Amino acid sequence: MEHLVFEFGPFPDRPRPAASVIVGVVGSGNLEALCEPAPLGGRLRVEVNSSVHGFGKTWEAVLGDFANRVRTPDLLVTINDAGATPAVVGLRLAQAAAELGVA
Amino acid sequence: MDRVWNRGEQDRQARLARARAAGLGRIVDAARIGELLRAVLVSGDRLCIEGNNQKHADFLAESLAQADPAHLHDLHVVQSNLALPCHLDVFERGIAKRLDFCYSGDQGLRMARLVKEGRIEIGAIHTYLELYSRYFVDLTPRVAFVAAQSADREGNLYTGPNTEDTPAVVEGTAFKSGIVIAQVNELVERVPRVDVPADWVSFVVKAPRPHYIEPIFTRDPANITEIQVLMAMMVVKGIYAPYEVARLNHGIGFDTAAIELILPTYAESLGLKGKICRYMTVNPCPTLIPAIESGWVEGIHCAGSELGMEAYTAARPDVFFNGPDGSMRSNRVFCQLAGHYADLFIGSTLQVDPEGNSSTATASRIAGFGGAPNFGCESRGRRHVSRPWLKAGLEAARPAGGTMPRGRKLVVQMVETFREKMQPTFVEKLDAWKLMDEFGLDLPPVMVYGDDVTHFVTEEGIAHLHRCATVAEREQAVRGIAGYTPVGLARDHAAVERLRERGIVQRPADLGIDPRLATRDLLAARSIKDLVRWSGGLYDPPRRFRNW
Repeated sequence: MEHLVFEFGPFPDRPRPAASVIVGVVGSGNLEALCEPAPLGGRLRVEVNSSVHGFGKTWEAVLGDFANRVRTPDLLVTINDAGATPAVVGLRLAQAAAELGVA
Repeated sequence: MDRVWNRGEQDRQARLARARAAGLGRIVDAARIGELLRAVLVSGDRLCIEGNNQKHADFLAESLAQADPAHLHDLHVVQSNLALPCHLDVFERGIAKRLDFCYSGDQGLRMARLVKEGRIEIGAIHTYLELYSRYFVDLTPRVAFVAAQSADREGNLYTGPNTEDTPAVVEGTAFKSGIVIAQVNELVERVPRVDVPADWVSFVVKAPRPHYIEPIFTRDPANITEIQVLMAMMVVKGIYAPYEVARLNHGIGFDTAAIELILPTYAESLGLKGKICRYMTVNPCPTLIPAIESGWVEGIHCAGSELGMEAYTAARPDVFFNGPDGSMRSNRVFCQLAGHYADLFIGSTLQVDPEGNSSTATASRIAGFGGAPNFGCESRGRRHVSRPWLKAGLEAARPAGGTMPRGRKLVVQMVETFREKMQPTFVEKLDAWKLMDEFGLDLPPVMVYGDDVTHFVTEEGIAHLHRCATVAEREQAVRGIAGYTPVGLARDHAAVERLRERGIVQRPADLGIDPRLATRDLLAARSIKDLVRWSGGLYDPPRRFRNW
């Protein structure tokens, strides 16, 4: 299990998340992402627990693009990953953003 | 001096006389196949073994592989598909030497070894249409082995739904004084319909078991992923809808199966029924059943058939091309031609380079591409106009200084940025280059050239390559949808943003696609059993696809 933490922002003067959202499931090649409001000083924080090692750079790139797209302050995203491809990660995050109303 | 003008016919008569002298009539007992082959085959002959995408003259091929190479050698085999071990045994045992072919699939690795060992001399790796055409130019078979469902005592053949390549093989051989040997599954009093007339057939053998056939077009909807659903939505909304693509050719992978399965759901919700996907050139893929049943697809011409679809196609004669007997007849030549001149081709591939060239060729294998290059290319000889052809042509970047407007075929490649085991689909240099060096080929084996492609679709977006004016622009459009692969990460962000502003790169959000809809719930059928249900029980899937 690899544990990775990324922080982006801060994103001042942007709407904060109103509620919590969970998308996806933990299954082979898939992941679940829990998005919830948290006091992060206006930053967006992503914690990744992945069953696969060695893709830190890819996670950073995928999550960086996500953060730049949604620019949501005080959002904590917890990802439990079971070997999802960047395509699946991107789709789940897009679904979460749509649910949060920040897409 | 009188010139002899019928040497071919004289030679044919000599061969037939040898068979008669051996006591062999038109209907030959399977136990005497060795004697027949000795009587009619001569060393150095050009031989076509019917090896299609699906149907194989496997009994005749196996019998040939048992011939004595001291007696029979240096055959030149002209065969579209080499799929069975016996096809290569013929070379390994020294019976055949030279090979012109199209596709070797699973035999690609062994083929590569035999080429390296000098046991196979490759004439050329053709596409289907090129090889069939050459049967009528300078690769005409002296002898052809074909496979049919049944024959009558006269030698009339019924090929059944899997007609495939038989008409091309038989015509090329029989009309140039060649010998046609047919293996059949059964001898009958009267064939349901005559697919090949008896006077084109020299010998008929009832094989000890039905000919080999492979269900290669069955895609279980249970294995379609949400990413494939997302990409299918992008294709429908971003390409089929704006171009109003009514006549098209689908590849046979899960990506295009996903498109077929969201026609009755997502495309229906966009009000596209009657506007897109009305006529298709494709095999009778079971995943088309829901779109046919709900009135989307009105006509389909097939290159081959598909195991389990026989009763279904027979029950839908308004959709498929069926004979007076009621059963379907396929024809790979006509289907390939129809697909070449259709308004759109869409398929998948394994590797894509920044110029948009793509290939399924992988290291250490010689596999060929079958029919994909003829489907997946601009049809430059086309002159008839249709809305999609005109729209694509008018929006395409013209060469500098060019003034003449023309149409353009839509050639779409649909890939995920990563394949299984995180193998990037997008690479700086195709493995095809390595293959060229390894086997001394004249060119890298490219399946679809970048300048023939109009659109690349990945989960990251659509790249409208035909609108790119320069190779540099096309490269940034490809990198722009290559996601987090090294090719994608190396993009010029500013250049890609400019392409996005011009609509040359479109993200799912730019197309107004809600990612929350990209679930398997959007598939009209989510299992093989669902397909059986849609077909009213007419589709009879092979056992390996049943879990009930």
